[in-house]
Amino acid sequence: MSLLVICDHDRGALSDASLEALTFGRPLAAAAGLEMAAVVIGEGADAAAAGLGAHGAATVHVASHPLLTDFGPEAWGETVVQLVRSAGATAVLACGTDRGNEVVAQVAARLDQPFVANCRSVDPTGDGSGNWTMTRVQWGGSLLEDVTLTAEVRLVTVAHHAVEGVVAEAPAAGTVAPFAPELDDVLARTVVADRVVLTRGITLSSAPVVVGGGRGVGSAEAFAPLEELAAELGGVVGCSRAVTNNGWRPHSDQVGQTGTRIAPEIYIASGISGAIQHWVGAMAAKNILAINTDQEANMVTRAGHAVIGDLHQVIPAITEEVRRRRG
Amino acid sequence: MRILVCVKRVPAPGARINVTADGQTVDAAHLGFTTSPHEECAVEEAVQLTEAHGGEVTVMTLGPAAAEEQLRYAASVGAHHFVLIPIDDVDWDPQRTATALAEAISAVEETDGAFDLILFGNESADAGGFQVGVRVANHLDRPIVNGIKGIEVPADGAGDVVSARREIDGGFEVYNVPMPAVLGVKEGINLPRYPTMKGRLASKKAVVDTNERTVEAGGQVRLRLHRPEEQISETIILGTGPEAASAVVDLLEELGVLA
Repeated sequence: MSLLVICDHDRGALSDASLEALTFGRPLAAAAGLEMAAVVIGEGADAAAAGLGAHGAATVHVASHPLLTDFGPEAWGETVVQLVRSAGATAVLACGTDRGNEVVAQVAARLDQPFVANCRSVDPTGDGSGNWTMTRVQWGGSLLEDVTLTAEVRLVTVAHHAVEGVVAEAPAAGTVAPFAPELDDVLARTVVADRVVLTRGITLSSAPVVVGGGRGVGSAEAFAPLEELAAELGGVVGCSRAVTNNGWRPHSDQVGQTGTRIAPEIYIASGISGAIQHWVGAMAAKNILAINTDQEANMVTRAGHAVIGDLHQVIPAITEEVRRRRG
Repeated sequence: MRILVCVKRVPAPGARINVTADGQTVDAAHLGFTTSPHEECAVEEAVQLTEAHGGEVTVMTLGPAAAEEQLRYAASVGAHHFVLIPIDDVDWDPQRTATALAEAISAVEETDGAFDLILFGNESADAGGFQVGVRVANHLDRPIVNGIKGIEVPADGAGDVVSARREIDGGFEVYNVPMPAVLGVKEGINLPRYPTMKGRLASKKAVVDTNERTVEAGGQVRLRLHRPEEQISETIILGTGPEAASAVVDLLEELGVLA
């Protein structure tokens, strides 16, 4: 019996989210008395499979089929369902990214099993009668819910950024096992038909530095100094929900529960009061510097560092100081 | 075209959420309620699609009697028909919710005809189960894609393929999904309109159909809700005004982001 971890990858390079799922899965499998297996799907899966032994996977299932060249939630879900049956998995785990949650939801719907999304901790010894108990995230992390899970196949995702992905202390065999699912052609209906690249390089979710602006910035034009500082630091600009609702920035720049979750080395949050919906998108940042005129603003009291002042003066001064030190 | 939007009544995002003493639900005493943000955008998208292509929008919710407020709000921004699946004040689990919705949708379709498109929010703002739309689509044997921030339908509006855009890091994916289809949409697909005075008046006259469902609970059972421990951070004030720039850049150097 096994715990099957769904690993996402980009043309063979494992995603950080997958490493989080594997890191979360190792002690869970051990406590549940299950062997940890992994599945990688689609083009490039072979390359992604190679490193999974180091992350504790005893078996690595490599699923391939003509329909699996690109992502398709139904085709991926059906593939995992067939693998659960053929490999005898009694639990499935993925990282709670949009894609991870969608694929596990597909698995849940097809198996008619419950699915507990975005867990922070899972206790397989649970209530003592075979049910698992877990703590999951609500409201993007501002509220927690303890639940019991009664299921034949336990389906779980771990909240993104709840753990940091690290390699296993003791590597496992990582034996590669090819898997060829039988997929109905009709599932092509939800396979990616086309991809459009808008930005190459640094994006909001991967940037090492994010310079954020809120209502306090005041206008679309007033974001120019934030852009300048972000460019100087090799980062990108983010914003709060108030900013996108005012039409100052596109929604793709929004940091928050209904926008993007960021995890930079430092988040410079300027003119942002720090409503809970914004905070949950920013809280995975390793360091937060708040710039605000209001010393009592949530963002200031929650940040590790703060500057009390008008961002329109402080941000250009920082840019200037960076340039001065670089000569 | 015929479009259905499934919405959920949730406490207004941004508010501090307190929990009842028994931990079973949120303390609604001092909370304002709204339509979950992704779903508010789904309603707007449906209204825009019917404005462009003709047709009608039905909005359905599973929730307490007070969720009628969210259906009337949808009426005030242009939706046409309204269905309430009443439950008591404590959320149903995702499996139970999805089964009730699927049954109610089938019942409506039997009398009024099939929906070309069913829209869900990507996830509810409160419970965030990330699965109800997928389960409903599976019940109805229809395709679904989540994370949608752009929808285009052919000019005649029905019986064909809907083109849906999903935002990914640094770009987007395009899906061409045959209708009838289900899509999970995200905030950012549009900026929802505000109700007009005329819309508000119309919403008072809107007829809300009640569609009661008896469904067994699923395998995920709530023990309790609780607030996470506050992350207490001692904020280091680096200074006041532009004079703090030097201390800020010291910090950036220390973190190694200046390299």
